[in-house]
Amino acid sequence: MFEPNPPIDLSSGKYLKLWQGPQHPGITGNMSLELITRGDEVVDCKTHVGYLHRGFEKLMERRTFIQNFPVVCRIAVPEPTFNEYLYAAVVEELTGIESPPRAEWIRTLNLELMRLASYLMWLGGIGAAFGQSTVYQWTVTHRDYILDLFEEMTGARIYHMYIVPGGVRGRLPEGFEDRCRDVLNRVEKLLHDVEKVLFNNVVFKTRTKGLGHIPKEMVDPYGITGPNQRAAGFSRDLRKDAPYLVYDQLEFDLITATESDTYARSWVRYLEMHEGIRMLRQCLDRMPQDGPFQAKMPNVLHWEVPAGETYIKAECTRGEYGYYMVTDGSEYLRRVHVRGPSYTHAIALMEKLAVGTNIADIAGLMVSLHTYPPEIER
Amino acid sequence: MANAIQLLADFGRNFTLSDIREQRVDLAFCKAPKEQAVRLIRELRDDAGYTHLVFLTNTDYIEQGIFTLTYMLHNYDARHTLGVHVDLDRNAAEMESIHNLWAQAATYQRELREMYGIRFPGSPRLDEDFCLEGWDQIPPMLKEFDTAAFSLERFHSREGRGSVDPSEHMKTLLYPTHSDEPSSGGS
Repeated sequence: MFEPNPPIDLSSGKYLKLWQGPQHPGITGNMSLELITRGDEVVDCKTHVGYLHRGFEKLMERRTFIQNFPVVCRIAVPEPTFNEYLYAAVVEELTGIESPPRAEWIRTLNLELMRLASYLMWLGGIGAAFGQSTVYQWTVTHRDYILDLFEEMTGARIYHMYIVPGGVRGRLPEGFEDRCRDVLNRVEKLLHDVEKVLFNNVVFKTRTKGLGHIPKEMVDPYGITGPNQRAAGFSRDLRKDAPYLVYDQLEFDLITATESDTYARSWVRYLEMHEGIRMLRQCLDRMPQDGPFQAKMPNVLHWEVPAGETYIKAECTRGEYGYYMVTDGSEYLRRVHVRGPSYTHAIALMEKLAVGTNIADIAGLMVSLHTYPPEIER
Repeated sequence: MANAIQLLADFGRNFTLSDIREQRVDLAFCKAPKEQAVRLIRELRDDAGYTHLVFLTNTDYIEQGIFTLTYMLHNYDARHTLGVHVDLDRNAAEMESIHNLWAQAATYQRELREMYGIRFPGSPRLDEDFCLEGWDQIPPMLKEFDTAAFSLERFHSREGRGSVDPSEHMKTLLYPTHSDEPSSGGS
């Protein structure tokens, strides 16, 4: 499966080694690509990570279960909520706690809002990577509207620490639903504008169609999940295949494509944003307005998590995100492993796709894979 | 997948599987001997539909002197996930590489080499730095590696900063009457 690249003699004068990152506008987060080029063509690529390594998994082994909440949300900066949900879900499964229905709806709302915010950031990134900085300004502004909603819902814009074992920390604020609908309307209008200026733009189309093609037969051997997989024609989504929270009660379509290039991956994500808005509106319309938002829980200082082992996963914007946890009955967990889709998308896959690509398209290719380095180096 | 246990029982005719356990209807675990594990994983991939390597990780059982590798595999058609455990001797941790089965496995193995010191002979770029550059301590994910002691030794503390033990702090907040001193609200 692993195919080594042919040897490259740097002293021959035919090649140039370039470092893209860790501080570079054409890189996603703090990682770097060690590129070897021949003329404009990339002939070898190595991904380097570690610039953000904070040892989350090790830190969590030394903290009690409740103390880990401020840690887990920092594992994926633009999308912390999935970490909160999954960490809470593994603790709940191992301790036999069930969160009440109202909390399950609020969690779903929270996760889908996070997905929309993360996609908006990504949409700006793919625009900027191909010279459309205006799109970036539009989308980041609209992401901020969603962060405003998070601020009033949870008290924090980025690291919410809102989803906890047994439910959520609080009910939705008065009038939240109306403000949320207003933001969704604004984002929806923005998306139509983005479709006109980005997806119908001839330069964007020319540069992205055919770029970074992922053959269907590469998907499983490279562990590709999420929109990168769906753009290659696979109808796989954990929200459909292994429904969690209230996804089995929501109506939404699975978006797929067949071209499996940068344009197809972008288009799949764009349509998924519309599906996300559709799901959010259903949550707002159908969410229970009363009932508990938190199961009856023991005092956090007296949590007892029995010995056990489990793996729980969710569909984040980039694909399969999962928490594997081993406990031994003590007040600390024995082991936690955070499975993020960037682990393979940014390393094995990126290193493969970069070869043969024009140096000017590397940034766009990378953004099209939608990767976050903290979930690689945990 | 209702017949995951049956599947493992069938595989058990050719492999010495133990600790077979169903955590949920869509998740099961089993343990395989080190010598048989890669052959088992290959057959699970090729013959049983477990084509997706979800992750490869390790758990350190320092008290028992073993590492337990976990190969998490997923079958998309059956919508079932299977964790295959393999015990390694902690003092001579070496395992056959699976980089020929999945492309991303080489990265997992490189990380396990760096973080736990486990060797995977033949795995590409195994000894290249993964996250840590110029690391000169024992592998940091080993249980005996003390992060707090490392930080105190490596970094100097800044004046004016204190620290509070979080559990003691919470006890002070929640049970002020049992505390010797009034709550300071942190530092």
